[in-house]
Amino acid sequence: MDTFDKPDNTDIENSASEHSGPELTRRGLLMGTGALVVSFSTANAFAQTPAPAPAAPAAAPAKPPALPGSLDTDRYLDSWIRIDAQSKITVFTGKAELGQGIRTPLMQVAAEELYVDPKDIELITADTGRTPDEGFTAGSQSMQNSGTAIRNAAAQVRDLLIAQAATQWNLPADQLKVEKKRVIAPDGRSMGYGEVVVGQFLHVEAQPKSKLKTPDQFSVIGRDVQRVDIPGKVTGGVAYIQDLKMDGMVHARVVRPPSYSATLKNLDDTAIRKMPGVIEVVRDGNFLAVVTEKEYQAVKAMHALQLAAQWDEPAKLLDNANLSAELIGLETEVGTVAEAGTPAFPNGPTYEATFSRPYIMHGSIGPSCGIAVMKADGSLDVWSHTQGVFPDRDAIAQMLALPKPKVRVIHMEGSGCYGHNGADDAAADAALIATKVPGRPVRVQWMREQEHTWEPFGPGMVTKIKASVGADGMIDNWTYDLWSNSHGTRPGDAGSLLAGRHKSNPTPLKLPKININPNGNGDRNAIPLYAIPNQKILWHYVNQMPIRVSALRGLGAQPNVFSIESTMDELAMAAKTDPVEFRLKHMKDKRGYDVIKLAAEKFGWGKGTPARDHGVGFAFARYKNHAAYLAIAVELKVEPDTGRVRVIRCVSAIDSGQAVNPDGIRNQTEGGILQSLSWTLYEAVQFDKTRITSADWSSYPILRFASVPDTVEVHIIDRPGTPFLGTGEAAQGPTSAAIANAIRNATGKRITDLPLSRERVKTAIGA
Amino acid sequence: MTITLNVNGKSHQVDAEADTPLLYVLRNDLDLHAAKYGCGLGQCGACTVMIDGKAALSCVTPLLVAQGREITTVEGLGTAENPGPIQKAFIEKQSAQCGYCIAGMMMSGAALLKHNPKPSDDDIRAALRTNLCRCGTHMRIMAAIKRASELMGQQAALPAAESNRSAG
Ligand code: FES
Ligand code: FES
Repeated sequence: MDTFDKPDNTDIENSASEHSGPELTRRGLLMGTGALVVSFSTANAFAQTPAPAPAAPAAAPAKPPALPGSLDTDRYLDSWIRIDAQSKITVFTGKAELGQGIRTPLMQVAAEELYVDPKDIELITADTGRTPDEGFTAGSQSMQNSGTAIRNAAAQVRDLLIAQAATQWNLPADQLKVEKKRVIAPDGRSMGYGEVVVGQFLHVEAQPKSKLKTPDQFSVIGRDVQRVDIPGKVTGGVAYIQDLKMDGMVHARVVRPPSYSATLKNLDDTAIRKMPGVIEVVRDGNFLAVVTEKEYQAVKAMHALQLAAQWDEPAKLLDNANLSAELIGLETEVGTVAEAGTPAFPNGPTYEATFSRPYIMHGSIGPSCGIAVMKADGSLDVWSHTQGVFPDRDAIAQMLALPKPKVRVIHMEGSGCYGHNGADDAAADAALIATKVPGRPVRVQWMREQEHTWEPFGPGMVTKIKASVGADGMIDNWTYDLWSNSHGTRPGDAGSLLAGRHKSNPTPLKLPKININPNGNGDRNAIPLYAIPNQKILWHYVNQMPIRVSALRGLGAQPNVFSIESTMDELAMAAKTDPVEFRLKHMKDKRGYDVIKLAAEKFGWGKGTPARDHGVGFAFARYKNHAAYLAIAVELKVEPDTGRVRVIRCVSAIDSGQAVNPDGIRNQTEGGILQSLSWTLYEAVQFDKTRITSADWSSYPILRFASVPDTVEVHIIDRPGTPFLGTGEAAQGPTSAAIANAIRNATGKRITDLPLSRERVKTAIGA
Repeated sequence: MTITLNVNGKSHQVDAEADTPLLYVLRNDLDLHAAKYGCGLGQCGACTVMIDGKAALSCVTPLLVAQGREITTVEGLGTAENPGPIQKAFIEKQSAQCGYCIAGMMMSGAALLKHNPKPSDDDIRAALRTNLCRCGTHMRIMAAIKRASELMGQQAALPAAESNRSAG
């Protein structure tokens, strides 16, 4: 669903399968090898990777031709698609279902090219023992990477089936057709897919180019196919890792230190060992856990263990009341994100402001869960709702000093994750505990307060903008400075796991280095997509992480777009131009222009004046500046006495390229809008100098039904035949800014610190 | 101790400590895992079931309190093959993202519809006030409960129509 892909993401930068187009072909030629030229110049036939990436270094001569999407790393067709003798089709993806509904569109693209019904396909998701390694399910890239690979593999498999049948029948391939899992000859003879596929038939390397169906031939892509996972989920099926049961399974609860750097001073666990059902009390350095026969026994033993353990707790956290100054004070280096012309403000800027976002939570509704079993041969099976089974496997193997092949990590869905939450940690907890009770599957369920206080939060950020508008009403100068940690401390290394840090012989967290690349991180969407001749964008990097942080839906995109789009409204006002008009005047990207136009039109922008205490606001961004385009208009009401904001309606327009499952796009976008609304109006992680104090839903309030808008509209601009652009994170930034702009419209006050809480609004309007 | 529970119209003997919350017994002893653990604190609604026709948070309902009362879970609303009207409505409106909160939403909705077959938007919002959804599926959840109310209305009208026909 979210956030950037591999830690040092290379899949976009190195991918050769881009949009075709004159410059790209030229870039291909510059890159040297003939194969690459071919893949570039025919790219439109199969390309689904969108990035306008810088030219990769010249490829070594031995480099094999680039293949579409993740086929490039797992090059054999049977890594992706297998067909058995009964014509049962199994499709494999290294991506995971995270609540974003990815299973269905992946099945749709396979079904489309194989000329079958999506129901005929069994989809196996992320499993280190069975599926391709596709890194993390993140960055809204599943459709680009996996969808592209599967679609191309399916098309090639279909053509191989036809070619094979043609040879057997001694007929030209173009006279054969496929239907209902059979290859059919003009004379009516037919062969099931399963009869054609014998032995290693599909164990062949994929070709760079596939014969893909064209949009006018689609029967499955672009259709609102119902999600395959929903019937099970609404009838009590085993749908989540939390529901898994295994023979002999025992229940565990961890006892975490009361704060990040607390160390265990004293523990007498004699009484706990005697509690009903207790099998084991695990103590390994600062890592504590109980293992019991029944689940609630574990909860009770955990509470007893919490009371028994005594800790030393240093006060090492930031001053939350002074967060912006604290973050700025921690700056360690400065990186240039973008630079053009020479921004200068001889007459002072037209607008200047400092914006901030607090630390915010993933706050998955189901706390993390992990299951692991240490088998007799010393190998370990782990079930996890991680975003990356392979990196999680690597980290767990390192933590336990096991060779990687001894550890298998199997993805099983958890509740929606929105980034790097506690999933990997819970898997590591289960793995570590499993080594202490070999032979018995161990299920670790985190408690609500553990998820709240130990998940890695979305980093707090500060941004400063200065901008000016020239006599022609156009922005001429723009400087942008942002302060942020890295938003990526995902596994791969044992130090990324809480258990790895808490056990004896701990592995410390490796502090990530600043890494500026086209995907963006803290600097994601820090570059405005608008035409601005003079600009300079700097990332003031904060490498220390006093508060645990990692990837949360959109990374820096939400605070950056909030800052940029708030500023756009202020500049529009200074230029005495309607804010939508002002954006359109600066928008050179046709597709960006189109979504802005459509959202404004569907909203009825500029028609009539808002009612008393009502305000309207608009915002736009292209996610990562190379993925989905999204514009949104909102109408809200501000209660003047209390400062309470109620968003009444939201109207958005999105272009995610070729729409595979439009209803899935609508569903995810509605969700993104409402989640961002919640971040924007209510959310901030609270902590004192020692502990995280947002430990439950009352100390970390989120959106409730009473405050849900009356209507949320999502209008899709479908772009048949163009690359998939992903959807999941596009709404996070624009929604925040549109709300801030609507509050400004309603009250005349600009609030630049998130959340736009009741207290802040009340103070701003002086009520 | 052994306690008798009446769940989805069936009687079950369970052997558990009396302070065990109902949620753990449903999920682990009776294999009914629709109700979810979300907070264990009565704050999120993921564990909602119906007890004597009213929405109840099973994570804070001790087993002893549940004894002898009529408990309904999502499994009692229908099956994947034969979904009940609320389940049909959630499928029809595709009212889930991760879906983790959805069982609780359906039970709060079921309790509402039992007493108020034609709820207004405000009634629905009020009935779901303890239920949290982190995926932002709220619009579709409200739409599904509205749709369920229609489907239940049609279902209620059906036997009457049939008896009219046979009479005529
Ligand atoms: S799990 Fe019962 S209210 Fe949250
Ligand atoms: S659908 Fe994920 S929490 Fe509601």
